[in-house]
Amino acid sequence: MQKIEAVIQPSKLDAVKDALVEIGVEGMTILEARGHGRQKGHTEFYRGREYSVDLLPKVKLELVVKDEMVEQAVHAIITAARTGKIGDGKIFVSKIDEAIRIRNDERGEIAL
Amino acid sequence: MRLSVVKVYLSVLFVLMFGGIVLGGASAMAQSAPAATGTSDAARIAALEKQVADNATAIATAQTAGDNGWMLVSAALVLMMSGPGLALFYGGLVRKKNILGTMMQTFAMMGVVTVLWALVTYSLAFGTGNAFIGGLHNAFLHGVGLMPDKDYAATIPLQTFMVYQLMFAIITPALITGAFAERMKFSAMLVFMVLWALIVYSPMAHMVWGKGGLLNAALGGRFPCLDFAGGTVVHVTSGVSALVTALYLGKRLGYPKVPMPPHSMVLSFIGACLLWVGWFGFNAGSALSAGTLATSAFVATHFAAAAAAISWSVAEWIRQGKPSALGAISGAVTGLVAITPASGFVTPMSALWIGLLAGAFCYFMVVKVKAAFGYDDSLDAFGVHGAGGTLGAVLTGIFANSAINPILGAGKATGLLEGNGHQLLNQLVGIGVAWSLSIVGTLMILFVVDKTIGLRVSEEDEREGLDLSQHGEEGYDWAH
Repeated sequence: MQKIEAVIQPSKLDAVKDALVEIGVEGMTILEARGHGRQKGHTEFYRGREYSVDLLPKVKLELVVKDEMVEQAVHAIITAARTGKIGDGKIFVSKIDEAIRIRNDERGEIAL
Repeated sequence: MRLSVVKVYLSVLFVLMFGGIVLGGASAMAQSAPAATGTSDAARIAALEKQVADNATAIATAQTAGDNGWMLVSAALVLMMSGPGLALFYGGLVRKKNILGTMMQTFAMMGVVTVLWALVTYSLAFGTGNAFIGGLHNAFLHGVGLMPDKDYAATIPLQTFMVYQLMFAIITPALITGAFAERMKFSAMLVFMVLWALIVYSPMAHMVWGKGGLLNAALGGRFPCLDFAGGTVVHVTSGVSALVTALYLGKRLGYPKVPMPPHSMVLSFIGACLLWVGWFGFNAGSALSAGTLATSAFVATHFAAAAAAISWSVAEWIRQGKPSALGAISGAVTGLVAITPASGFVTPMSALWIGLLAGAFCYFMVVKVKAAFGYDDSLDAFGVHGAGGTLGAVLTGIFANSAINPILGAGKATGLLEGNGHQLLNQLVGIGVAWSLSIVGTLMILFVVDKTIGLRVSEEDEREGLDLSQHGEEGYDWAH
């Protein structure tokens, strides 16, 4: 089992979600987030005063999938979320030790 | 079928009865006619005189109905400028932890200034007194009834005049709150405002608009200063007092390093649009009647606002590359401020000029001058109202036209462009008095309040925000 965390543009959420459902991903968690990478936000002007807004609105997806599905899922996210411009986001993948379904105590991949 | 037969029967009966009454009346008149020929001419003349008097009363009643209707609507429009207009405009410009605190400062004026007006400040402003301040004859609204006061407004009840003027007394101190936003104690603000209404607003209103006031152009002032709807009384006093308060109080914690952008441009946008609409009551209502002068002021007001919205936006577009929503609405407000003293004296074309100049001038004041001096006039009460009001008062002396309003007497030139350069001097006297009174009065009040109960909230309260620290509430509760 591995966890995929993807920080993407809010406007790409629907496309990414659809792409994941299409390849058979059954569950995900979505968080509204703010953050920045190397592009460091933008500037705003109010009555001539300049404000730099360095935390931009983003969406963070979290999903845990079987090992053999990881590459497929990552590919689906990249394909759906990419615009080619700065600010498209990042994907992080990490190992998961255990998954437990609260309803009936099932453990391991069957709980996903 | 049967129903319609009954209807026809009833109709015929009705016509017969009504006709009987009319015919009966006519025959009664026919009977009395021969008797009338026997009466003297004197009686006939008396009857005619009574008819003429009755007609005059009917005409006066009709005019009062028209004028009073407009003035009551105007009074309501001017109140709408404070709440919700100004409260939304200022509320959107602060950070979200201070929105309720900011809105409450304006709302408090709607309560406190109203009560004070009834007790004493109406009398101090509009009661008979000396050249500087009214007396106490009208304290507790004594003698302020439903009959007109011929000197102020001959066709509306004095109470209408009183309540209309009250709405100006409410919004004027509320304008100052923009300068000390996000850092003044609510209690200190209340005491400050009560003293300000007594020491600054009442004398200034009396000097410009009160009977025998030093600057009154219509009722025999020593220096007749043209101020149709409150360029000096409202905008110069509030704007200059705002600057003094901002300087005395010091900057907000973290200013200018910590970013303090407006938290909701949408609220400010709605507020500014409400101000624009309310301003028709402010300026056109200042005709104190529903006649042609009200139309002239209405048109001038609208044209100046539009021109100023454009000129601020263009200035911003050129200098910053983008025309912002805040720039457009700020520009409109500066146009409304600048046309306020001039609205009942100038042509629509002059109003366009006044608006164009005001938008660009106030943009310069807010963006350049404030940055150069580094004071924290948080929401630009001085840059918009002080600067715009002063400019408007000067331009009134230039553009005032006797064809629009022959206030200095029939056939006499009014403004500089008409050939009356002397008026510009009178305008400067009015501006000088308003600036001096505002600086001295406000400094005195600030000193007294600071030394007694203290002006500023604690650092901790300022960080937490006025909503929680002053009122125990939050404007936005995202958790529920």
